[in-house]
Amino acid sequence: MNTEIASEEIEAAPNLAWRGLPGLRRIAIRTVALIAFLGLWQVASATKSRFIINFAFVPPPTTVAKSAAEFVLSPKAPHHVINSVRRVLVGFGLSALVAVPLGLAIGRSRLVKDILVTPLELMRPIPGVAWIPLAILMFPTSEQSMIFICFIGALFPILLSTVHGVENLDRKLVYAAQTLGAKNWHIFTEVIFPGSLPSIVTGLSIGMGISWFLVVTAEMVAGRFGVGYFTWEAYTLQNYSDIVVGMLVIGVLGMTSSLLVKLLGAQLMPWHRHMGHQR
Amino acid sequence: MNPGSLELKDVTLAFGTGLNAVIALKDLSLSVGGGEFLSILGPSGCGKSSLISTVAGFQPPYAGTLLVDGEAVTKPGSDRGVVFQQPTLFPWKTVRQNVDFGLRLRGVSRPERQSLREEILAKVGLSEFGGHYPTQLSGGMQQRVGLARVLVNKPRVMLMDEPFSSLDAQTRLMMQELLLEVWSEYQMTVLFVTHDIDEAVFLGSRVAVLTRRPGRLKEMIPVGLARPRTLDMLVSPELMRMKKHCMALVREETLGSLGRDFKAPHDATTYRNTFLKEAAGMPA
Repeated sequence: MNTEIASEEIEAAPNLAWRGLPGLRRIAIRTVALIAFLGLWQVASATKSRFIINFAFVPPPTTVAKSAAEFVLSPKAPHHVINSVRRVLVGFGLSALVAVPLGLAIGRSRLVKDILVTPLELMRPIPGVAWIPLAILMFPTSEQSMIFICFIGALFPILLSTVHGVENLDRKLVYAAQTLGAKNWHIFTEVIFPGSLPSIVTGLSIGMGISWFLVVTAEMVAGRFGVGYFTWEAYTLQNYSDIVVGMLVIGVLGMTSSLLVKLLGAQLMPWHRHMGHQR
Repeated sequence: MNPGSLELKDVTLAFGTGLNAVIALKDLSLSVGGGEFLSILGPSGCGKSSLISTVAGFQPPYAGTLLVDGEAVTKPGSDRGVVFQQPTLFPWKTVRQNVDFGLRLRGVSRPERQSLREEILAKVGLSEFGGHYPTQLSGGMQQRVGLARVLVNKPRVMLMDEPFSSLDAQTRLMMQELLLEVWSEYQMTVLFVTHDIDEAVFLGSRVAVLTRRPGRLKEMIPVGLARPRTLDMLVSPELMRMKKHCMALVREETLGSLGRDFKAPHDATTYRNTFLKEAAGMPA
């Protein structure tokens, strides 16, 4: 019996040793693909290709890289970035502060749900960008209107995910808490809230993405500073490579913020790290 | 007498309203002494679990009275602990925090909490797993945490709704022995719902067999096995005799719910006729 297991182990060992290599191979393939992609872009821009897409005004990656370096080193860069980040953080933060408690209340109380569900359902299908003209009229400064746009865009995904999280929570967990002596407040703080957290975090990360999308749009329309404004300004000033730089900055900021939301989620839900082992 | 006596008088339970209403239990009367271990056996869907929900206070009875130590049950409370079919642990709490939960809500001081918790975790053999999250444990271990979480509150009544049904045979047997051990030590009343006849007989002092839906008491059978129960009793002639009897009763109900005829060994035929007459709206 023992010898059988041993021989299996010996046979399995070389397989394990080989397992590292396909990983390296895949990294190599991905690197080559990235280089090829940039190369094609370079060629298309250099030859001003007009095959379907007009590359005449699209700067090649080398020019973009140069402009990006200039942008990063220029004094206006932090100014643009900080303005956009602040608008998103304030709008998104307010949104989370409103949507999470509201979602918990709607998910938990039929009365609150009945009061709010109709106006919210009417507003939900309106895309955030459609709010831009009214937002400009509703607030004295364009700064406030842009923050409002970020707020309203993030509100619904956070709200709906929170409601969903509360409503989908296993009722038995509430029962279990009750038989252990928990009253309403503790059921809320110890069961409903942590039980809905995975869903809330999902809502937050969707909301964060939408906030970024909207701040860029709002800045193009009404901004004085910010990465969206920078991108649009580059277009109007015909600094074509700065358009692409603006796009890249927006991408990096969006990626960083959703990464931060994910890290926050992992921090808030240490039990989730272990979910993969079973189930 | 021990605390934890239970008195059900003509309890009727219904779900839903109007045409969709389902009567789960009808006029069920039961009397359980304080500290007794009562097994509740019945065909699936007979309202066994509903009975647990009602005694726990999750669902008020539609009619009838339900008393625990002479007091009417109106809402859930920690004097009646529940062990669910699924472990139903709080996934966001560690084993320690799960067990602590009830004590903390009652304002038990931290050092006292720790000593009570560690004592109970040692009893269920999980001392080394206090810092683990439930998902890191096997099903049997999770159910032991569920048991510990209830026991630590020293409830007068422990309600168990098929708690071992999703465990493998070996684990189940270990859990049954553990349960008997803590039951004799804590001297609480246990209502143990199961569809496993061996389990019902091996654990219980009496076995209450329920009819198919709407559930009523079909027969109350005292178990003639001595305490403490030992594993060899599982193959004893007495258990076999009782098993045969219970099997016949449950089978009769199961077949009855399928509308099949059944040649009853004893008074079941009369019972069935009464039931059919009632169902057709005739006087019994």
